[in-house]
Amino acid sequence: MKNYMEMKFSAQLKNVIFARGAVSSFLLEQDLTLSLINEIKTIASEAVTNSIVHGYNHDPEKFVFLSMELDNNVLKLIIKDEGVGIEDIEQAKAPLFSTKVDEERAGLGFTIMDIFSDEMEITSKLLEGTTVICIKKL
Amino acid sequence: MVKYTIYVWGDNMILNVQMLIKRNVLYVRLDGELDQHTVEDLRIRVTELIDKYQIKHLVLNFYKLNFMDSSGVGFIIGRCNRLKREKGKVILCSLNENIKRLIHLSGLHKICMIGKNEEEVNEYLGVA
Repeated sequence: MKNYMEMKFSAQLKNVIFARGAVSSFLLEQDLTLSLINEIKTIASEAVTNSIVHGYNHDPEKFVFLSMELDNNVLKLIIKDEGVGIEDIEQAKAPLFSTKVDEERAGLGFTIMDIFSDEMEITSKLLEGTTVICIKKL
Repeated sequence: MVKYTIYVWGDNMILNVQMLIKRNVLYVRLDGELDQHTVEDLRIRVTELIDKYQIKHLVLNFYKLNFMDSSGVGFIIGRCNRLKREKGKVILCSLNENIKRLIHLSGLHKICMIGKNEEEVNEYLGVA
Protein backbone atom coordinates (compact mmCIF):
# COMPACT_ATOMS: atom_id res chain seq x y z
CA MET A 1 0.00 0.00 0.00
CA LYS A 2 1.29 3.42 -0.92
CA ASN A 3 0.52 6.71 0.68
CA TYR A 4 2.10 10.16 0.80
CA MET A 5 1.74 13.43 2.64
CA GLU A 6 3.68 16.65 2.91
CA MET A 7 3.23 19.80 4.91
CA LYS A 8 5.00 22.97 5.88
CA PHE A 9 4.54 25.07 8.96
CA SER A 10 5.94 28.14 10.65
CA ALA A 11 9.09 27.59 12.73
CA GLN A 12 7.52 27.98 16.16
CA LEU A 13 7.81 25.50 19.00
CA LYS A 14 4.05 25.41 19.48
CA ASN A 15 3.87 23.71 16.08
CA VAL A 16 5.90 20.70 17.23
CA ILE A 17 2.84 19.13 18.86
CA PHE A 18 0.93 19.77 15.65
CA ALA A 19 3.65 17.97 13.66
CA ARG A 20 3.53 14.99 16.06
CA GLY A 21 -0.25 14.89 15.76
CA ALA A 22 -0.09 14.93 11.96
CA VAL A 23 2.49 12.13 11.98
CA SER A 24 0.39 9.87 14.19
CA SER A 25 -2.82 10.65 12.28
CA PHE A 26 -1.15 9.66 9.03
CA LEU A 27 -0.23 6.31 10.57
CA LEU A 28 -3.60 5.70 12.20
CA GLU A 29 -4.76 3.28 9.55
CA GLN A 30 -1.65 1.10 9.83
CA ASP A 31 -2.66 -0.63 13.05
CA LEU A 32 0.77 -0.13 14.63
CA THR A 33 1.75 -0.72 18.25
CA LEU A 34 1.72 2.30 20.54
CA SER A 35 5.44 1.88 21.08
CA LEU A 36 6.16 2.05 17.34
CA ILE A 37 3.95 5.13 16.93
CA ASN A 38 5.73 6.71 19.88
CA GLU A 39 9.13 6.10 18.26
CA ILE A 40 8.03 7.77 15.03
CA LYS A 41 6.46 10.69 16.90
CA THR A 42 9.67 11.09 18.90
CA ILE A 43 11.80 11.15 15.75
CA ALA A 44 9.54 13.86 14.27
CA SER A 45 9.52 15.82 17.52
CA GLU A 46 13.32 15.83 17.81
CA ALA A 47 13.94 16.70 14.16
CA VAL A 48 11.32 19.46 14.01
CA THR A 49 12.55 20.95 17.30
CA ASN A 50 16.12 20.95 15.92
CA SER A 51 15.00 22.77 12.78
CA ILE A 52 13.15 25.43 14.78
CA VAL A 53 15.73 25.93 17.53
CA HIS A 54 19.00 25.41 15.66
CA GLY A 55 18.13 25.78 11.97
CA TYR A 56 15.98 28.89 12.26
CA ASN A 57 16.70 30.19 15.76
CA HIS A 58 12.92 30.48 16.34
CA ASP A 59 12.22 32.72 13.32
CA PRO A 60 8.43 32.32 12.78
CA GLU A 61 8.70 33.74 9.26
CA LYS A 62 10.57 30.58 8.21
CA PHE A 63 9.11 27.17 7.39
CA VAL A 64 9.80 23.61 8.41
CA PHE A 65 8.90 20.97 5.80
CA LEU A 66 7.74 17.52 6.78
CA SER A 67 6.79 14.66 4.50
CA MET A 68 5.93 11.02 4.94
CA GLU A 69 6.02 8.33 2.32
CA LEU A 70 4.62 4.90 2.96
CA ASP A 71 5.45 2.05 0.61
CA ASN A 72 4.97 -1.61 1.49
CA ASN A 73 5.35 -1.15 5.21
CA VAL A 74 8.42 1.03 4.86
CA LEU A 75 8.00 4.55 6.14
CA LYS A 76 10.22 7.37 4.95
CA LEU A 77 9.99 10.45 7.14
CA ILE A 78 11.68 13.59 5.85
CA ILE A 79 12.15 16.76 7.88
CA LYS A 80 13.72 19.66 6.07
CA ASP A 81 14.63 23.24 6.89
CA GLU A 82 16.29 26.04 4.96
CA GLY A 83 18.14 27.34 7.99
CA VAL A 84 21.76 27.87 9.00
CA GLY A 85 22.86 24.28 8.41
CA ILE A 86 25.18 22.10 10.47
CA GLU A 87 28.92 22.68 10.25
CA ASP A 88 30.01 19.29 11.52
CA ILE A 89 27.36 16.57 11.30
CA GLU A 90 29.46 13.96 13.12
CA GLN A 91 29.93 16.33 16.03
CA ALA A 92 26.23 17.22 16.08
CA LYS A 93 25.34 13.52 16.22
CA ALA A 94 27.62 12.83 19.18
CA PRO A 95 25.62 12.14 22.36
CA LEU A 96 25.45 15.07 24.78
CA PHE A 97 26.81 17.54 22.23
CA SER A 98 24.76 20.72 22.02
CA THR A 99 25.54 24.14 20.59
CA LYS A 100 23.02 25.63 23.02
CA VAL A 101 24.29 24.48 26.39
CA ASP A 102 22.71 27.41 28.21
CA GLU A 103 19.25 26.32 27.07
CA GLU A 104 19.51 23.00 28.86
CA ARG A 105 19.08 20.85 25.79
CA ALA A 106 20.25 17.33 26.52
CA GLY A 107 22.14 17.04 23.22
CA LEU A 108 20.46 13.70 22.71
CA GLY A 109 18.16 14.55 19.81
CA PHE A 110 20.17 12.91 17.02
CA THR A 111 21.12 9.94 19.21
CA ILE A 112 17.49 9.18 19.98
CA MET A 113 16.43 9.66 16.35
CA ASP A 114 19.19 7.30 15.30
CA ILE A 115 18.18 4.62 17.82
CA PHE A 116 14.49 4.87 16.90
CA SER A 117 15.09 4.73 13.12
CA ASP A 118 16.14 1.76 11.04
CA GLU A 119 18.19 4.10 8.88
CA MET A 120 18.92 7.79 9.28
CA GLU A 121 20.58 10.14 6.87
CA ILE A 122 21.43 13.78 7.52
CA THR A 123 22.48 16.14 4.79
CA SER A 124 23.33 19.74 5.52
CA LYS A 125 24.89 22.72 3.87
CA LEU A 126 25.92 25.84 5.74
CA LEU A 127 23.43 28.68 5.21
CA GLU A 128 21.28 26.46 3.00
CA GLY A 129 19.67 24.11 5.46
CA THR A 130 19.40 20.60 6.78
CA THR A 131 17.45 17.55 5.68
CA VAL A 132 16.91 14.54 7.91
CA ILE A 133 15.64 11.33 6.31
CA CYS A 134 14.54 8.50 8.57
CA ILE A 135 13.54 5.09 7.32
CA LYS A 136 11.39 2.95 9.54
CA LYS A 137 10.10 -0.53 8.81
CA LEU A 138 6.59 -0.94 10.15
CA MET B 1 0.66 23.97 49.81
CA VAL B 2 1.05 25.21 46.28
CA LYS B 3 -1.12 23.75 43.58
CA TYR B 4 -1.76 25.11 40.13
CA THR B 5 -2.23 24.34 36.51
CA ILE B 6 -0.31 25.63 33.51
CA TYR B 7 -2.30 26.30 30.38
CA VAL B 8 0.04 26.38 27.46
CA TRP B 9 -1.82 28.35 24.85
CA GLY B 10 -5.37 29.41 24.09
CA ASP B 11 -7.87 26.83 25.22
CA ASN B 12 -5.60 23.92 24.41
CA MET B 13 -4.25 22.14 27.41
CA ILE B 14 -1.06 20.46 26.27
CA LEU B 15 0.64 20.02 29.60
CA ASN B 16 -1.30 20.10 32.81
CA VAL B 17 0.89 20.38 35.90
CA GLN B 18 -0.01 19.95 39.54
CA MET B 19 2.61 21.00 42.05
CA LEU B 20 2.61 20.58 45.76
CA ILE B 21 5.13 20.83 48.53
CA LYS B 22 5.41 18.60 51.57
CA ARG B 23 8.22 19.60 53.88
CA ASN B 24 11.28 19.97 51.67
CA VAL B 25 9.92 17.84 48.84
CA LEU B 26 8.40 19.31 45.68
CA TYR B 27 5.94 17.04 43.88
CA VAL B 28 5.26 17.70 40.22
CA ARG B 29 2.51 15.65 38.61
CA LEU B 30 2.51 15.76 34.83
CA ASP B 31 -0.45 15.20 32.56
CA GLY B 32 -0.09 15.69 28.81
CA GLU B 33 2.94 16.14 26.59
CA LEU B 34 6.40 17.33 27.54
CA ASP B 35 8.42 18.84 24.69
CA GLN B 36 10.63 21.85 24.09
CA HIS B 37 7.57 24.11 24.03
CA THR B 38 5.85 22.95 27.21
CA VAL B 39 9.09 22.38 29.14
CA GLU B 40 9.92 26.10 29.18
CA ASP B 41 7.07 27.18 31.47
CA LEU B 42 7.58 24.12 33.62
CA ARG B 43 11.28 24.87 34.08
CA ILE B 44 10.59 28.47 35.14
CA ARG B 45 7.97 27.45 37.72
CA VAL B 46 9.86 24.50 39.15
CA THR B 47 13.05 26.56 39.44
CA GLU B 48 11.12 29.32 41.24
CA LEU B 49 9.65 26.91 43.78
CA ILE B 50 12.95 25.12 44.42
CA ASP B 51 14.62 28.43 45.20
CA LYS B 52 11.76 29.93 47.20
CA TYR B 53 10.95 26.98 49.45
CA GLN B 54 14.43 25.51 49.97
CA ILE B 55 13.45 22.30 48.25
CA LYS B 56 15.80 19.36 48.66
CA HIS B 57 14.05 16.59 46.71
CA LEU B 58 12.02 16.79 43.53
CA VAL B 59 9.49 14.08 42.73
CA LEU B 60 8.41 13.98 39.08
CA ASN B 61 5.25 11.95 38.76
CA PHE B 62 4.66 10.95 35.13
CA TYR B 63 1.31 9.27 35.80
CA LYS B 64 -0.52 10.96 32.94
CA LEU B 65 2.37 12.00 30.74
CA ASN B 66 1.80 10.42 27.36
CA PHE B 67 4.71 11.94 25.45
CA MET B 68 8.22 13.09 26.27
CA ASP B 69 11.25 13.75 24.06
CA SER B 70 14.83 14.78 24.82
CA SER B 71 13.63 18.20 26.01
CA GLY B 72 12.27 16.43 29.08
CA VAL B 73 15.61 14.67 29.55
CA GLY B 74 17.38 18.04 29.47
CA PHE B 75 14.97 19.38 32.07
CA ILE B 76 15.59 16.44 34.41
CA ILE B 77 19.39 16.69 34.07
CA GLY B 78 19.17 20.40 34.86
CA ARG B 79 17.16 19.79 38.05
CA CYS B 80 19.53 16.97 39.11
CA ASN B 81 22.43 19.38 38.85
CA ARG B 82 20.54 22.04 40.80
CA LEU B 83 19.50 19.72 43.65
CA LYS B 84 22.98 18.24 43.91
CA ARG B 85 23.88 21.54 45.59
CA GLU B 86 21.31 20.75 48.31
CA LYS B 87 22.50 17.14 48.47
CA GLY B 88 19.01 16.23 47.29
CA LYS B 89 17.63 13.96 44.61
CA VAL B 90 15.34 13.93 41.63
CA ILE B 91 12.97 10.98 41.88
CA LEU B 92 10.91 9.79 38.94
CA CYS B 93 7.79 7.68 39.28
CA SER B 94 4.80 6.21 37.42
CA LEU B 95 6.66 5.98 34.11
CA ASN B 96 4.92 4.40 31.13
CA GLU B 97 6.91 1.99 28.93
CA ASN B 98 7.85 4.62 26.32
CA ILE B 99 9.11 7.10 28.87
CA LYS B 100 10.92 4.37 30.78
CA ARG B 101 12.74 3.49 27.57
CA LEU B 102 13.79 7.11 26.98
CA ILE B 103 15.01 7.39 30.58
CA HIS B 104 17.16 4.28 30.12
CA LEU B 105 18.45 5.29 26.67
CA SER B 106 19.59 8.62 28.06
CA GLY B 107 21.20 7.08 31.14
CA LEU B 108 18.98 9.07 33.52
CA HIS B 109 18.27 5.94 35.58
CA LYS B 110 21.87 6.19 36.77
CA ILE B 111 21.49 9.65 38.26
CA CYS B 112 17.82 9.64 39.33
CA MET B 113 15.96 7.33 41.61
CA ILE B 114 13.03 5.60 39.95
CA GLY B 115 10.00 4.62 42.01
CA LYS B 116 6.93 2.68 41.08
CA ASN B 117 4.48 5.35 42.23
CA GLU B 118 4.18 8.30 44.61
CA GLU B 119 3.29 6.10 47.58
CA GLU B 120 6.48 4.12 47.21
CA VAL B 121 8.48 7.34 46.89
CA ASN B 122 6.83 8.77 50.02
CA GLU B 123 7.77 5.69 51.94
CA TYR B 124 11.36 6.03 50.79
CA LEU B 125 11.51 9.72 51.71
CA GLY B 126 9.66 9.22 54.96
CA VAL B 127 7.04 11.79 53.94
CA ALA B 128 3.48 11.01 54.99
